[in-house]
Amino acid sequence: MSSLLSVNNLSKAFGAVRVADDLCFDIAEGEAVGILGPNGAGKTSLFNLITGALKSDSGTIYYRQADITKHSAQKRCRNGIARSFQIPQPFNGMTVFENCLVAATQAGGMSGSKAEQFVVEVLDDTGLLDKSNIKSGSLTLLDRKRLEMSRALATKPSLLLLDEIAGGLTEAECGELIDSIKRVRASGTTIIWIEHVIHALMAVVERLIVIDFGRMIAEGDPETTIKSDAVKEIYLGVDGGEAA
Amino acid sequence: MDWLNAIVQGVLLGGLYALFASGLSLIFGVMRLVNIAHGDLIVLAAYLALSTTLILGVHPFTAILVVIPLMALIGYVLQRGVLNHTLGDDILPPLLVTFGLSVFLQNALLEGYTADPQKLNVGSLETASVSVGELSIGLLPLSTFVVAIVVIVFLQWIFYHTALGRQFRAVSDNADIAQLMGLSKGHIFGLALALSLVVCGIAGILLGARTSFDPAVGSGRLIFAFEAVIIGGLGNLWGTLIGGIVLGVAQTIGGKINPGWQLLAGHVVFLLILAIRPRGFFPRVEH
Repeated sequence: MSSLLSVNNLSKAFGAVRVADDLCFDIAEGEAVGILGPNGAGKTSLFNLITGALKSDSGTIYYRQADITKHSAQKRCRNGIARSFQIPQPFNGMTVFENCLVAATQAGGMSGSKAEQFVVEVLDDTGLLDKSNIKSGSLTLLDRKRLEMSRALATKPSLLLLDEIAGGLTEAECGELIDSIKRVRASGTTIIWIEHVIHALMAVVERLIVIDFGRMIAEGDPETTIKSDAVKEIYLGVDGGEAA
Repeated sequence: MDWLNAIVQGVLLGGLYALFASGLSLIFGVMRLVNIAHGDLIVLAAYLALSTTLILGVHPFTAILVVIPLMALIGYVLQRGVLNHTLGDDILPPLLVTFGLSVFLQNALLEGYTADPQKLNVGSLETASVSVGELSIGLLPLSTFVVAIVVIVFLQWIFYHTALGRQFRAVSDNADIAQLMGLSKGHIFGLALALSLVVCGIAGILLGARTSFDPAVGSGRLIFAFEAVIIGGLGNLWGTLIGGIVLGVAQTIGGKINPGWQLLAGHVVFLLILAIRPRGFFPRVEH
């Protein structure tokens, strides 16, 4: 498999806080990768760097073998990098359908009835179809999370970045979400998923990357990585910290 | 009957004010930009129409075919070249830059066209009127009012029924997220100002057909536009029309009482409304 995304020596600091410290990793086409790490480890910042919302201090990002380090956020999006936000950020004044339609027509490059049909398919898949005409500002948290994913999917991404999409969901809802993500994966979309709900993550991803203080501290097969000393140290804590 | 006549004239005048105001309202809605040069851009459009009629020898209403694309182009280039760089968390830079632009435009027009008052000659339409009962309604004010309604319907249609409108609303809602959906903020803002200046173009020609104008009248038009927007309630185009009408009626009734009170009456009514309903009659409800 060729590499879809390649992050090389990526660094970013806010003053003394390093959110990315010489990060290097490759994501293969069609792969599903989970990112784990304690709060403030730099996971969301990493997504911001990949989508272009943040500019890196140094290092490069290659996407489809092209250097996109200096590309704008909208250009990266049009090239197929989409994300969902941990804290849902819909266009509150617009309906669910319109939110997704913006994504489909702008980033997805579709138009007219084709775009509308595609949005219907996406909403059907994410279970929001019956709420299409509701203003997104009045959705519940769960539905906002669904909208985050729907909107990202409506851009027809090649690389989908999911930021704690399962957080706050019930067991049953989580199961539906896992099925939904598995379907997305089966359709050939590459996924990078930040998640604290470990069992959900383990059900989907085939590789784990563990980050702390902006540095990659473990990487590899999920089962082995989750049991590694580095992960135990972060999550279970050598100094009696709270378990994950 | 005189009073009724004054009210009808005021309502029709309100159409022109609504035209002044809707372009201002539009860009404030999309990008929170207060364009101090708005009035001067209306006057610029009137002068462009004047030049077009003189050079090509066409009727001022035909000149619209030249003025509108020109204003749209000016708007897009102005936004992408200048105003986009002023937008940010601080609202002061765009205010200062558009104020500077206002001074620049006034002086450029003064240099190019002198301070002599000019008028767009629209021929017999200027004096033509229709009689309704005992009322005599001028065709030009009436058509201005109709144009205002058509423009507002058109803007509403763009905003709520087209892909471009969705982009405007998405960027207005959250510009940063919109960029992650593949929208180019700079481009959308450029299109918004282009659209705003298209409305300025229409307003400028109707202004020039109605009254004489000189390079200094822009700031007065800006005040009327602000007043109409605020009376009607920010972000609501139909409210803006109502605001324009309230202002127009106040002015004509004031002028009826005493010719010197025309502008004063408009401003007094505006201040009263501001005191009673600080957010205007129809502030933006969540769409």
